[in-house]
Amino acid sequence: MTPDPITDSVLARHGVTRDEYDRIVGMLGREPNLTELGIFSVMWSEHCSYKSSRVHLKTLPTTGPRVLQGPGENAGAVDIGDGLAAVFKIESHNHPSFIEPYQGAATGVGGIIRDIFTMGARPIALLNSLRFGPLDEALVRRTMSGVVSGIGGYGNSIGIPTVGGEIGFDRSYTGNPLVNVFCLGIARADEIIKGTASGVGNAVYYVGAKTGRDGIHGATMASAEFDDTLNEKRPAVQVGDPFMEKLLLEACLEVMKTDALVGIQDMGAAGLTCSTCEMGSRGGAGVEIDVSRVPQRETGMTPYEIMLSESQERMLLVVKKGREAEVEQIFDKWDLHAVHIGEVTSDGRLRVKNHGEVVADIPNRALTDEAPMYRRPVSKPAYLESAQQLDIAQFGPPPSPRDVFRRLLASPGIASKRWVYRQYDHMVRTNTLLLPGMGAAAVRVKGTSRGLAMSVDCNGRFVYLDPYLGAQLAVAEASRNVACAGGLPIGATNCLNFGNPEKPEIMWQFGRAVEGMGAACRALDIPITGGNVSLYNETDGRGVLPTPVIGVVGLIEHADRVVGRAFRSEGDVVVLLGETRNELGGSEFLHVVHDQIRGVPPQLDLAREAALQRLLVEGARAGVIRSAHDCAEGGVAVTLAECCFDTALGIDVNLVAVTEAPAEYRDVAPLFSESASRVVVSVAPGQAATLLSMAAAAGVPAKQIGQVRGHRIAIAVEGRPGINELVSDAERIWATAIESWFEQRRAIA
Amino acid sequence: MKFAVVVFPGSNCDHDTYHVAKDVLGQEADLIWHKDMRLGRPDVVILPGGFAHGDYLRTGAIARFSPIMQEVSKFAAAGGPVIGICNGFQVLLEAGLLPGAMLRNRSLQFRCEFLHVKVEQTDTPFTLASRAGQILRLPIAHGDGNYYAEPDVLARLERNRQVIFRYVSASGDVTDEANPNGSLNNIAGICNEARNVVGLMPHPERACELAIGSADGMAVFESILKWGRESFNEDTLTTMTASSATVLNK
Repeated sequence: MTPDPITDSVLARHGVTRDEYDRIVGMLGREPNLTELGIFSVMWSEHCSYKSSRVHLKTLPTTGPRVLQGPGENAGAVDIGDGLAAVFKIESHNHPSFIEPYQGAATGVGGIIRDIFTMGARPIALLNSLRFGPLDEALVRRTMSGVVSGIGGYGNSIGIPTVGGEIGFDRSYTGNPLVNVFCLGIARADEIIKGTASGVGNAVYYVGAKTGRDGIHGATMASAEFDDTLNEKRPAVQVGDPFMEKLLLEACLEVMKTDALVGIQDMGAAGLTCSTCEMGSRGGAGVEIDVSRVPQRETGMTPYEIMLSESQERMLLVVKKGREAEVEQIFDKWDLHAVHIGEVTSDGRLRVKNHGEVVADIPNRALTDEAPMYRRPVSKPAYLESAQQLDIAQFGPPPSPRDVFRRLLASPGIASKRWVYRQYDHMVRTNTLLLPGMGAAAVRVKGTSRGLAMSVDCNGRFVYLDPYLGAQLAVAEASRNVACAGGLPIGATNCLNFGNPEKPEIMWQFGRAVEGMGAACRALDIPITGGNVSLYNETDGRGVLPTPVIGVVGLIEHADRVVGRAFRSEGDVVVLLGETRNELGGSEFLHVVHDQIRGVPPQLDLAREAALQRLLVEGARAGVIRSAHDCAEGGVAVTLAECCFDTALGIDVNLVAVTEAPAEYRDVAPLFSESASRVVVSVAPGQAATLLSMAAAAGVPAKQIGQVRGHRIAIAVEGRPGINELVSDAERIWATAIESWFEQRRAIA
Repeated sequence: MKFAVVVFPGSNCDHDTYHVAKDVLGQEADLIWHKDMRLGRPDVVILPGGFAHGDYLRTGAIARFSPIMQEVSKFAAAGGPVIGICNGFQVLLEAGLLPGAMLRNRSLQFRCEFLHVKVEQTDTPFTLASRAGQILRLPIAHGDGNYYAEPDVLARLERNRQVIFRYVSASGDVTDEANPNGSLNNIAGICNEARNVVGLMPHPERACELAIGSADGMAVFESILKWGRESFNEDTLTTMTASSATVLNK
């Protein structure tokens, strides 16, 4: 090995600090060469090492009777009965999606799919959680268009339905959109496969696309803020090939049916480097490869480039010695080349050779478990105290409820996302029980009577105003959505999107949000089985709203009893579960009417939330509840309207005034307050008493508020008229709001 | 009856189609790999939806060269019923088993949604059990479903009653709003002159169970079964039993 000069500028280019460098020298007992430094730099990047977040993540609840696989593998897994496991994870692809929206989003989808099938599971559902800036900016529309078609382009082609998700809009995301993709697959519980290299002499195989120079230092890019050098970063974004991934998916699942496989891992962030050292580290083994055997799509690639490339659709396999031909034959059937690039060794080291000459030699654990871990300084942000002050009366008398209602329906955060989800194949695999836009996503599990409900949620405004409570509210909302569909929440995965962790105020937000998320998951008995952290979501020094997205998976005992949000028939009784308080802090009302993110988020009583969710699951299982829809952004008024839209049924409802609100808001708060732990349900007329007594027994406040009737959305407060709109008029506003931003543009072009 | 579902490497509705044949209809079904040279003596061949070879070039353009397509052509030439759904339709066009071509949707976007199609002709193996003018609620999911044919070809298709399915409004009107992709004459599906080869863009296999939103697609599959009963001695067929109907919610 010829020593390369490691100067300060070389270190800076690799995002390695002088302290970290000294640590590397200590671990190796010598200076690293440039290839080794490159390998350390990607493995010790924030993206791969979680060096700022690990101390906090360790506090999350990750175990439970159903948990088959917690954090640390490619994805988590929970037992869903019938000998089956749900394998799922959420991951971000924020930075690449801003630089190159289509490919950034597409490869995000590809990456998470690989994480799932790597575990031996067949992926059956995709969801996504997206955040963009306001749609009146052309740049935002371009980004959103690209992201949506990228997600569709990949998922549609590979044939995994995108069954749901959520989209939020806020100025802070203009230069830093969030693209979080969730994937769920089904595996036999006793056939889950791990990313482990073991068995000295076993063969290490490289399968899939050839290695190119794309994506070199992608992980390092995802660990830095954006500035005006953005365009120079485009070569760090990879290009996706869903067809190649489809071949890999089918071939790998076929190989897994044999017992010739020891372990498998996809080459995602940090490519060949990450997959080799992580597999070795997990198995307590060493891995030796020769990069000259790696299939290359460009000429003259150096070992440094080959090890750091993030070319997509590549897998690393460890195959039992003597079984190589069997495995090669399966890949050959799918026209894929499986190339033998190395062996498992006993010395616990990652040894990289080039035509036999050693070019890197590093202990695996130095790259993984022994990577730096920082307890970064935290300090309570200065903005909080003033942002939490809200005197609603200072804004003067509220506009008419009708006016607010219409503006809320047209607000992109609330408006129909049909323009988006109709670009996604959401029905392939024929399991989709609830179409997108109908509440939680729900799919059946073929071969069983069960179904799975899934929801991804986070209200960044709430987290901004109180990270601890906001993160709890996110968990409550996601699990409540799942419970509305009749799913018992059994597991979760998180994707924590924050700004620059080197800023103590951001780190304080992060720490408090993780604490809140952990507390809520413990109270609701939902283990977090894995996830992803995305930091440095800043552009020119401005961070995004802190956005800890949570994806919750719920088990539906009887798939044919899944509950959607739409009212079902005329005459059904409408019941509001939960209590409405004067809680407009951080609301869509304040955002839309006064352009403010202000106040404290709604209170949350986790015991009461748990009781509500149990009631929803029980009510669905018993066949009592005919529709259920969570009250979130826009309050009861928007919730009721959304329940009317799919079936064009009207309602006649009377709400109770909120007496604790200032005089002018007593009739407004019942409509638009965003109090937590509330759900609008409908039941057949003969079942109202049953539901009310079930609620009383469960300790859940419940009030019959009206009936499904006619073609108008008629909502009164204590008999005083509030909102009265034709369903069709309201629906038109809601259905066309997002679409019109894009169609309008096309008309001009 | 025995269904052969052809599997191209990028097929992604193969399992869905197989599920309908096997679990919903209770019939025999085989998945046939595209590199195979034998179809295995089926009664009906289905080319399923998907992205046969990634379709980066042109949908179905490479699939026509797959070895199994020679067998499919022979089977069709002998009068065997062949149906291409979505990508399968695109493959049939590229293989010359049906006339015309597919262009990119006029929205330039992929479209996935339930919509309505009208059964225009009932004298094919795939519409035999339908009423003429019957309206089916079926999903579509495609980016290239904008059917195009030269004016003389289009005129011949209409004259020969080869247009089998048309996109319509819920009330059955052939309108521009009901046309999701810009297809000429709102064409959703056609047959060949011999009427045994049918291609359509909507997905009947995604609409065979009420649990997933619609069972209208059963009209197509029940037609195949009826065709089978009328073509062969009934005893030789696996009959659709009451138990297979209860599989609906599985």
